[in-house]
Amino acid sequence: MNIKSFILKNKRLAIGGSITAIMVILAVTGLFFTPYDPNAMDISAKLSGISPRHIMGCDNFGRDIFSRVLAGLSTTMVVAVGTVFIGIVFGTLIGAFTGYYGGYLDEIMMRFNDAVLAFPSLLLALVFISVMGSGKLNVTIALGILFIPSYARIMRGEFLKCRNLDYVMSARLMGASDMRIMFVHILPNTVRVMLSTIAIGFNNAVLAEAGMSYLGIGVQPPDASLGRMLSEAQSYLFVRPGYAVCTGMAIVLLILGFSMLSEGLEKNA
Amino acid sequence: MKYIGKKLITMLITVLIVTMLVFLAFRVIPGDPVSNMLGTSYTAEKAARLRTQLGLDRPLPVRYAEWMKDFFFGDMGKSYTYGIPVRPMLAGKVPITVTLTLISFLLVVAISIPLGIYTAKHEDKWYSKAIDVLNQITMAVPPFFAGMIFTYLFGLILKWFRPGGFVNYSIDPVGFVLYLICPSICIALPKAAMTVRLLKSSVLGESRLDYVRTAYSRGNSTNEVLYKHVFRNALIPVITFLGVTLADIVAGSIIVEQVFSIPGLGRLLITSISTRDYPVAQAIIAIIACIVIIINFAVDILYKVIDPRIR
Repeated sequence: MNIKSFILKNKRLAIGGSITAIMVILAVTGLFFTPYDPNAMDISAKLSGISPRHIMGCDNFGRDIFSRVLAGLSTTMVVAVGTVFIGIVFGTLIGAFTGYYGGYLDEIMMRFNDAVLAFPSLLLALVFISVMGSGKLNVTIALGILFIPSYARIMRGEFLKCRNLDYVMSARLMGASDMRIMFVHILPNTVRVMLSTIAIGFNNAVLAEAGMSYLGIGVQPPDASLGRMLSEAQSYLFVRPGYAVCTGMAIVLLILGFSMLSEGLEKNA
Repeated sequence: MKYIGKKLITMLITVLIVTMLVFLAFRVIPGDPVSNMLGTSYTAEKAARLRTQLGLDRPLPVRYAEWMKDFFFGDMGKSYTYGIPVRPMLAGKVPITVTLTLISFLLVVAISIPLGIYTAKHEDKWYSKAIDVLNQITMAVPPFFAGMIFTYLFGLILKWFRPGGFVNYSIDPVGFVLYLICPSICIALPKAAMTVRLLKSSVLGESRLDYVRTAYSRGNSTNEVLYKHVFRNALIPVITFLGVTLADIVAGSIIVEQVFSIPGLGRLLITSISTRDYPVAQAIIAIIACIVIIINFAVDILYKVIDPRIR
């Protein structure tokens, strides 16, 4: 089966992939170029509706909403990618060592993991933020650290499953070191699981960032953030519902596209 | 009994680890509370005296033990911002957040279990597929965005409720519950959508097993097989998921309280974090942590009741 028919047969993959592709393109564009400066105010255009000049209208300071959505998307994307990166790198390292070696260390780490996992991650992020202060970097670090336990647990399961398989045994017989077995032999075999974990983690990161910024303790101005824009849009809900809808739909599409993409991949992999 | 005992110990260990994390987190904050309190009248001698007075010169484990003891006896310290004890500040707010969480959770169960079974039963019908699509979309809507759409549609256009018109339970219990219904729906919808999917795939997975064929061959009707055999088994992963969900609902209520201006624990937590009122933030986080951990414990017990095979 070639790739083209594979994608066409799998509607979820096709739709999810297209939405994700569009959102990624928009976010990458937002990183380098927006039609207007996302922070430039134009009081004469305050709360203006949809027009050829401002395709999503303007907010309460007369800032172009479309430019802000683009910039917000890229902020969200940067935070989410950073979060997933921190989580997966440290999660894999911890998972690899605990799963491969087992023993007391494994037992202690997993108890600790259970305790952290039993806890709403948003709340832990709030603890972290209240200690470290808010801002893009701190949000990324906080969420990244919080995601380590769940990644570690999944990766541990994979390493545990693989450590007694035949190919690992033969590698060991051939004199490969533990490090080589873990990261050269076992790691490539965990890629499938890792990918679906990344997809779920990405969505959680987007949601958590938007939620925290909505509460005003996430990404801080001048960085545009979708969550923060939503909280501003709420005050003008009656006058300009389009402001909230445009911003909110960006979040919804981002999550929808990514979850459909990952489910489509999982189904046919 | 042994099972409950084991779970009880796990629960206590979790409480210990989580409270320790919270305690430590609030100790490593940059800035010394003593120099903050003394301000311009700071002298080394005064600072040392105050430090002894506040017990800050003692080792961390001792202070942690003291804090835990005080916390469980209801002494949560004083708010930095208002200078009043934390406990009365929280007392009126706990029932609000707990009610919001409970209504949301009941909604998740009430929506997802019938709908999950229904879609599994009519797997190939068009309406079942339509529900699937709807589920996929619902899952992607964050509760605070749903809250804003609901406020606009039902509050501002249809005028079914008055946005921001929260009434306290001590004044009007009926109005209180009615006001909480809309926020609860916002919290419940994405979680319900996830549960429907999980239940559907779980029921379908169970239906393919051998015991189902045996049950049919003994002359049971479809409904008998479904409700007496399949449903019970299919529910096990769903209960695990619902346990996790309840923790998420508690967290979700923090945000949704903000959307609907409900003066619960969540709003106070956000205020105390932005004003750096640490005793308040610390107490709220510890309380929510305990609620979540107790919920998890209850789920574990329920698990055992439904599936006696679990050790």
